[in-house]
Amino acid sequence: MYVSVKGGEKAIRAAHRLLAHRRRGDRAVPEVAADQIREQLTLAVDRVMNEGSLYDRDLAALAIKQARGDLIEAAFLVRAYRTTLPRFGCSTPLDTAAMSVDRRISATYKDLPGGQILGPTFDYTHRLIDFALMADSETPLPEREREPGPAAASAMPRVTDLLGDEGLIEAEPAAADGAEPGDLTRAPLRVPAARDLRLQQLARGDEGFLLALGYSTQRGYGSTHPFAGEIRIGEVEVEFEVPELGFVVPLGSVALSECQMINQFAGSAEIEPTFTRGYGLAFGQVERKVMAMALVDRALRTEELGGEATHPAQDQEFVLSHADNVQATGFVEHLKLPHYVDFQAELALVRQLRREHTAARAARDAQSDDVYEEAAQ
Amino acid sequence: MTAPIKPAEGYAFAYLDEQTKRMIRRAILKAVAIPGHQVPFAARDMPMPYGWGTGGIQVTAAILGPADVLKVIDQGADDTTNAVSIRAFFQKTAGVAVTTRTSEATVVQTRHRIPEKPLVAGQTLVYQVPIPEPLRFLEPRETETRVMHALADYGLMHVKLYEDIATHGHIAKTYAYPVKVEGRYVMDPSPIPKFDNPKMHMSPALQLFGAGREKRIYALPPFTRVASLDFEDHPFERTRFEAPCALCGATDAYLDEVVIDDRGGRMFVCSDTDHCETRRQEGHRGALLGDIPEEARS
Repeated sequence: MYVSVKGGEKAIRAAHRLLAHRRRGDRAVPEVAADQIREQLTLAVDRVMNEGSLYDRDLAALAIKQARGDLIEAAFLVRAYRTTLPRFGCSTPLDTAAMSVDRRISATYKDLPGGQILGPTFDYTHRLIDFALMADSETPLPEREREPGPAAASAMPRVTDLLGDEGLIEAEPAAADGAEPGDLTRAPLRVPAARDLRLQQLARGDEGFLLALGYSTQRGYGSTHPFAGEIRIGEVEVEFEVPELGFVVPLGSVALSECQMINQFAGSAEIEPTFTRGYGLAFGQVERKVMAMALVDRALRTEELGGEATHPAQDQEFVLSHADNVQATGFVEHLKLPHYVDFQAELALVRQLRREHTAARAARDAQSDDVYEEAAQ
Repeated sequence: MTAPIKPAEGYAFAYLDEQTKRMIRRAILKAVAIPGHQVPFAARDMPMPYGWGTGGIQVTAAILGPADVLKVIDQGADDTTNAVSIRAFFQKTAGVAVTTRTSEATVVQTRHRIPEKPLVAGQTLVYQVPIPEPLRFLEPRETETRVMHALADYGLMHVKLYEDIATHGHIAKTYAYPVKVEGRYVMDPSPIPKFDNPKMHMSPALQLFGAGREKRIYALPPFTRVASLDFEDHPFERTRFEAPCALCGATDAYLDEVVIDDRGGRMFVCSDTDHCETRRQEGHRGALLGDIPEEARS
């Protein structure tokens, strides 16, 4: 009789139980703990915090465990939790010049005040699988010349500030007094969107999507001639002005990656030529993400800087509408939900069109037969 | 009907916090005031994936009250997995009474169908919408389509429908068939089959449309004129089925085609499961269930 995919509650319950079982894996192997993920899969945790738009290492680690290591699924769990949290306000602007730096490099100067600090990077490792990691072994403690700590802003100035002092790079427009940056999770995004909202969407956006877009600009689809002026990674203090108190209180610190791309000139008859900026900022150690973000940010400024937006990375609607991987994965994957009502309607139409097509061809053939007969006579 | 239960603790009534629900209600009020116009709203990330009905869920969460009776359907059926999941979500977070009976429900959330039983005054139908913009596949840019709606410039849509007729002899749109609301806004009715389009016209029920990923809400207040787009010489035609429902014998319902063997065997049954069950309880019998039983005659 009428047996179909209509499943119902029992099937869902059983599927969830099987899912939990598969997540656990072979029970002879010890279960992974959320704090192990937090401490040992830190870069995955960083990615989930960014795409989940919530700075909470423990929650992100737990989400990764629950999602069986699927990082987009983990970001989705974090996002759904974030929805239930109230928004208190926004912090005072972070001062990344006063960052407690873990890593800081510039590709534009051989040496500069504060120096180049390599920090924990894969950059110069040889990508050889390290079979020693298969066995339990002690990892030696790092050697440090000095402990990282908050440096005076003057000790490690931002590269863009050095250029700015000479007027060689465009000035950042000052924020209007009391103006809060927008929040696209609290107000619908309308295009064209201002840069604050664009940067927010990029910071939440899918790392792979931004990487491909940034890469496309390097391969001729909207080149910006970029230099990695500076990449810095470390802890920055977050301060919040409490209206009831009337003064600023520190809330703690967050780990951040910041990338300042220096791009080719803009200028006009009135304005002297200067370098232009592309900016990337995100939680944790996410160098690839902030570099790609800085390339895309600059590409999205093409029209504002007098260029014509002709390539995908320069197209606000295209980039901003498709950067969010939680939205993207939802809409792509919803195709597996039942669509049989709509498919039925299409089925009926295609059958009708085929019937009419056959009838029309038969009529045409009959007509041409008549013509041949007439010709034969 | 399943009676109300105590909602889960730790969450606001119907999941969303009160500020968010107020924001959504404002968008709904604006949408009701301008029938067919898409109102942007700050859709939240929900605990279900985008594409699973997050827009409809947020609208339902914003309008639901403790005394409401909720029905959720997907493809016309109450027992499809997604409908089951959404119904369970509101049972858990709002504790409201739920039903599969269209006539008992005060709020019906739907994906892809309008119930066969005509809705009455006081009922609200909440549609889940994937792409709210009827012009999206003709013009991908929001900045352009916004201007087109503002100027009521729907020439592009008419050209598309005309091209369909020139190519296929028909308007080749069988679902998400565009409508004009009160002679002003062209609106996407969500991917309901065009069979359901006439049910929107002058319905005594309130119809709300929620698109979560696209962050838009629109509405048809009760007794709104809704016309499916067509041409004088190619009038809108409702999809018709050649066979009645194999279970309840209905001839005026939308049918699902069910493949019953690998030798081309097919049967057609009502997509609206409540409609089909109600008819069977009333004694109607389709070909597969044999003739109408003796006791049900008269």
